[in-house]
Amino acid sequence: MPSFDLAAAPLRDLNQALHALPETTNETHWVIDNPGGKHAIACGLDAPITVEVNGHVGYYCGGMNARATIRVSGNAGVGVGENMMSGEIRISGDASQAAGATAHGGLLVIDGNASARCGISMKGVDIVVKGSIGPMSAFMAQAGNLVVLGDAGEALGDSIYEAKLFVRGSVASLGADCIEKPLGPEEIEALEGVLAKAGLEDVAASDFRFYGSARGLYHFHVDNADAY
Amino acid sequence: MNAPMKPVHRTLPRYSATFDPHTISEIQRAAATGIYDIRGGGAKRKVPHFDDLLFLGASISRYPLEGYREKCGTDVVLGSRFAKKPIRLKIPVTIAGMSFGSLSGQAKEALGRGASLAGTSTTTGDGGMTEEERGHSSILVYQYLPSRYGMNPKDLRRADAIEIVIGQGAKPGGGGMLLGQKISPRVAKMRTLPEGIDQRSACRHPDWTGPDDLEIKIEELREITDWEKPIYVKIGASRPYYDTALAVKSGADVVVLDGMQGGTAATQEVFIENVGLPILAAIAPAVRALQDLGMHRKVQLIVSGGIRSGADVAKALALGADAVSIGSAALIALGDNDPALEAEYQKLGTTAGAYDDWHEGLDPAGITTQNPELAARLDPVLAGRRLANYLAVLTLEAQTIARACGKSHVHNLEPEDLVALTMEAAAMARVPLAGTSWIPGQTGL
Repeated sequence: MPSFDLAAAPLRDLNQALHALPETTNETHWVIDNPGGKHAIACGLDAPITVEVNGHVGYYCGGMNARATIRVSGNAGVGVGENMMSGEIRISGDASQAAGATAHGGLLVIDGNASARCGISMKGVDIVVKGSIGPMSAFMAQAGNLVVLGDAGEALGDSIYEAKLFVRGSVASLGADCIEKPLGPEEIEALEGVLAKAGLEDVAASDFRFYGSARGLYHFHVDNADAY
Repeated sequence: MNAPMKPVHRTLPRYSATFDPHTISEIQRAAATGIYDIRGGGAKRKVPHFDDLLFLGASISRYPLEGYREKCGTDVVLGSRFAKKPIRLKIPVTIAGMSFGSLSGQAKEALGRGASLAGTSTTTGDGGMTEEERGHSSILVYQYLPSRYGMNPKDLRRADAIEIVIGQGAKPGGGGMLLGQKISPRVAKMRTLPEGIDQRSACRHPDWTGPDDLEIKIEELREITDWEKPIYVKIGASRPYYDTALAVKSGADVVVLDGMQGGTAATQEVFIENVGLPILAAIAPAVRALQDLGMHRKVQLIVSGGIRSGADVAKALALGADAVSIGSAALIALGDNDPALEAEYQKLGTTAGAYDDWHEGLDPAGITTQNPELAARLDPVLAGRRLANYLAVLTLEAQTIARACGKSHVHNLEPEDLVALTMEAAAMARVPLAGTSWIPGQTGL
């Protein structure tokens, strides 16, 4: 099990070592110690490996991840899992702003709370937040599922496209063109699938409320000007 | 017998300078439709431009080089500050970012073919990288845009440089709107959006909030690409001194500065014509920022926005740029607004030379469209050859002027080679008014 001490070696060495792993590597489980809130830890990975980070990470941890599983025992800074393509990122603590921003795929699980703009411009990722999320989350969210076991802040789903938002607690307010929709069998199936991936089979999908696009702003019309 | 008619003395119809025919038609159109005019292209109003500058050819106090005999270099290296693999171009003219979606696949292929023949780079745009342009561009710059449509780390690694787009000259501070009629199944898939709906491109990056975050974002992109690729930062010209300084502070290898004459795929006419600075006014403050930081020629400066001729290229370089970038001119070289298509332009209610409704997807030239029948009209091989010819002419013209100024490389051109024809141009470009040594506002920033 390779280990890497970020208190002793530069981040650049770590990322380049992870990027250089061959497809058939046997070094599939890495441990990173003393992350010290450094930015861009384990970003740009493209190998089916597991990376465990013991401590808090700064901005863009796991940025653009593909195929790797990244587990952080601590809190994450801005943009964790930014533009993730596939794979999995799990944060045991809280996450700052823009968690999962623009991510195209994979699974992001945050055990604690996520701050503002969680899932902003998400493009297919599944995000599960066990705590609550801040305002302007899922702004311009295009695709994927955002599942929140706690509460959501103001302007949830503002200008949303086709992403699906599931919130178990309260929603402070909905943003432009975001509406509550019936939680039908299709949504329950999708939600249960995401909960199962996150290891939350004991959470009942029927406890959630479902939000999505009213599709009223898909074509500009002057009579909608108040919404812009 | 009828009485002879008395001559009628009427004044000729006289249009108001304030309410001219175009303004009146815009008011009428706005009243009828309830929506502002959206169009492509850049500013059409006349603003101070490179035409307001002249070169001082050599005579006694300066010594010219012999045209066609003595060599005048044109090569340029971009990204020498941090990147392990800087960009090396044969000519100081690059192709600006233009999206697949806005342009047809054939047009993107033609841009790649033409640029590669000329030894320069092309740039992707909103929506991601296509095989047409990667396959035909020997040097390709990958734009990292606020929308992140089609953003893919594999493509990031396939690129030769990365351009973080903060803004465009046509719309500093503004996002984009690709109207539904151009959203083909392929474009929709690339952008992860339903077919046929209007697609907004965000005006700001979703996961950072200012220059401090930009520095960290650049670090992330460098880490992902193992510090190999140059990182460009593109800004729309509005506060060029401070924006250039902050881009440099954030770690940019190259700053791309786009003036208000720069084109766009589709934006509000009122935005295009009323926001931002002409490129003539933006270069000097950007160069001053680089100089103040001791980074001039270390962080390279690419300027764009209305570049048309080798004289424009030479003037931009003389003011301190390392290279220029062309967008609208490249499309014209491919065949945009071709007079041979006049009958079809007239059917669209316009004329060759004025067509700018690129967002409608009805481009008779097959360039700004996703209609397969229209797009098939553009022969990418022939259009690429036309672009390569045009790039060669821009370069030859710039060399001709540089030799006349006694320079053995186009980068040796300097502000001292220039004078201004108007006080406005002298003040903006920080060169003397012709026949004087007076530079208005010389002591300002």
